[in-house]
Amino acid sequence: MAVVERRGTKDPIYDGSRIPAPVPTVLPVDPAQRESGDVLTVNFGPNHPSTHGVLRLEVDLDGEVVVGINAKVGYVHTGFEKNMEQKTWWKAITYAPRIDYLAYQNNELVFVLAIEKLLGLEVPPKATWMRMLLAELNRIHSHLVWLGTSALEIGAISMFWYTFRERDMVLDLSELVAGYRMHTRYFQTGGLAEDVPVGFYPECRRFVEWMPKAIDDYDALLARNEIWEGRTRGLGLLNRADAIALGQTGPVLRASGVDWDLRRDDPYLYYDRTHFHVPVLPNGDTYDRYRVRVEEMRTSVDLVEQCLDRLERMEGEPFITDDRKVVLPPREELHTSMESLIHHFKIVTEGYRVPEGEVYLAVESARGELGCYVVSDGGPRPWRVKFRAPSFAALEATATMVQQHYVADLIAIVGSLDTVMGEVDR
Amino acid sequence: MAYERVPGLVETREEHGETTVVVEAARLVDACTHLRDEHGFDMLVDITPTDYLGWGTPGVSGYVGTREGRNLNRPMTQGFQVQPRPKPKRFSVNYHLLAIRQGAPRVRVQVWVDDSEAVPSVLHVWPTADWFEREAWDMMGIAVENHPNLERLLMDEDWEGYPLRKDYPLGGEPVRFSGEE
Repeated sequence: MAVVERRGTKDPIYDGSRIPAPVPTVLPVDPAQRESGDVLTVNFGPNHPSTHGVLRLEVDLDGEVVVGINAKVGYVHTGFEKNMEQKTWWKAITYAPRIDYLAYQNNELVFVLAIEKLLGLEVPPKATWMRMLLAELNRIHSHLVWLGTSALEIGAISMFWYTFRERDMVLDLSELVAGYRMHTRYFQTGGLAEDVPVGFYPECRRFVEWMPKAIDDYDALLARNEIWEGRTRGLGLLNRADAIALGQTGPVLRASGVDWDLRRDDPYLYYDRTHFHVPVLPNGDTYDRYRVRVEEMRTSVDLVEQCLDRLERMEGEPFITDDRKVVLPPREELHTSMESLIHHFKIVTEGYRVPEGEVYLAVESARGELGCYVVSDGGPRPWRVKFRAPSFAALEATATMVQQHYVADLIAIVGSLDTVMGEVDR
Repeated sequence: MAYERVPGLVETREEHGETTVVVEAARLVDACTHLRDEHGFDMLVDITPTDYLGWGTPGVSGYVGTREGRNLNRPMTQGFQVQPRPKPKRFSVNYHLLAIRQGAPRVRVQVWVDDSEAVPSVLHVWPTADWFEREAWDMMGIAVENHPNLERLLMDEDWEGYPLRKDYPLGGEPVRFSGEE
């Protein structure tokens, strides 16, 4: 798609490719430099406050300059995919949000959508709009945590308090709608687990009105802050070709000037029925990645508002499909209908069966393309589940981006990739 | 779009609106290069190996509580009472490709290998394959030829076994109860 020209100049971010050879994810130290004896290998992490989780970086330093890097992951590997193979389909949904604990709603969404694709289920419009609304709220939540913690690492401590104030509002909305603040398991195969509670729409409206002002506050604190600009502008460069070759998606890709958003270019849910702006910036540096995320929060607020406009007119409509082979019957029917009791018992004990097949489904998570590959053998449990984690691909770009930067900037650059280690290691 | 000219093509399938191109493992790199250069699939999104050991046999899928599991073909069994179609080999390795252009075309390249066989590395076609291939080796034991740095990624370097294989027990570590001694 269209590549946005760089501001002012028309030169590319950098010429050619900076991906290290022979291994694209390991920056090797020049042997001659190693011989000179000035290179110091520093172990960075796995428990370091600025690694955004449990990430270990083996950094080779010449003075304060990074001349070699090798990222080691796997410290929070918990075997989600193996566990999900042992559970029935509807119980496995519980695992999905815990993989990426910041964009939990998106993880839940992609797995539920994959099951529905295999089943060929129709989802009622109300459920689809509500899923969109929660996915966008969740995107705001994820970006807020990123903005607060990344600014904290660079030294802008007050940002943290501002962003976590709004994050708490999103969590309150989560709690209102699903009963849990995180990992809600509110998306059910075929729709939603429960109807939208009374009072949710007005509360959400209040948030939608408040949030743009809060984003203005963030901009006032950071956008033209000289220290912030000095720490982020022109650092951690990634050009268009390298970003695509390294499989970058989401804000990292869009900050490198690639106009690509799955919500618009490969629409799922009802994104094709809404209008929204996709922020794309041309410089491919840490500052642009920060700008893209902040602008995306505005986009998400806009989308939440559009969803609310539809949802408020849908009072009393079904929130889940009535296919009783897949969906639990309403609670009150269990006391009067034998048939409902049987269905309830079968689904809870054995689980529903999903036809044989394999699907890959992708959604635009807060971090980029979140994919889910699911194989079914026709039984009540998934044969194979594999999540395509955007953070996993993002970390592969570390070696390309930190070359010849100071070790202090390494923190800002790795932070700007917005990795969630739970998702990388799964 | 037609995929007849993909090198080493075995078959093309259309399921659930997704295209799967099955190619010979030996010609995978040719096929991927062709798809990248001729069809414009410039991004490798994911590599997902799948283990089909025990596919379609009783006791594998079904109710967890019994020793044999549940036979899908027994009378009185509800649901989809068909055996799944047999698979050509034990492992499938799926390469999900995406083209960054209008319409977001996607294709899944699939190769089939047995336990002792290896797949060639596509790292020189898409650099992002690096960690995905290491993960396939680490989790599923898919040997990758010509990979410059084929080490374990998520598990410890001295880990034994491949956790996502079907014959790898859940938990993976022997549990010792104090009453046994």
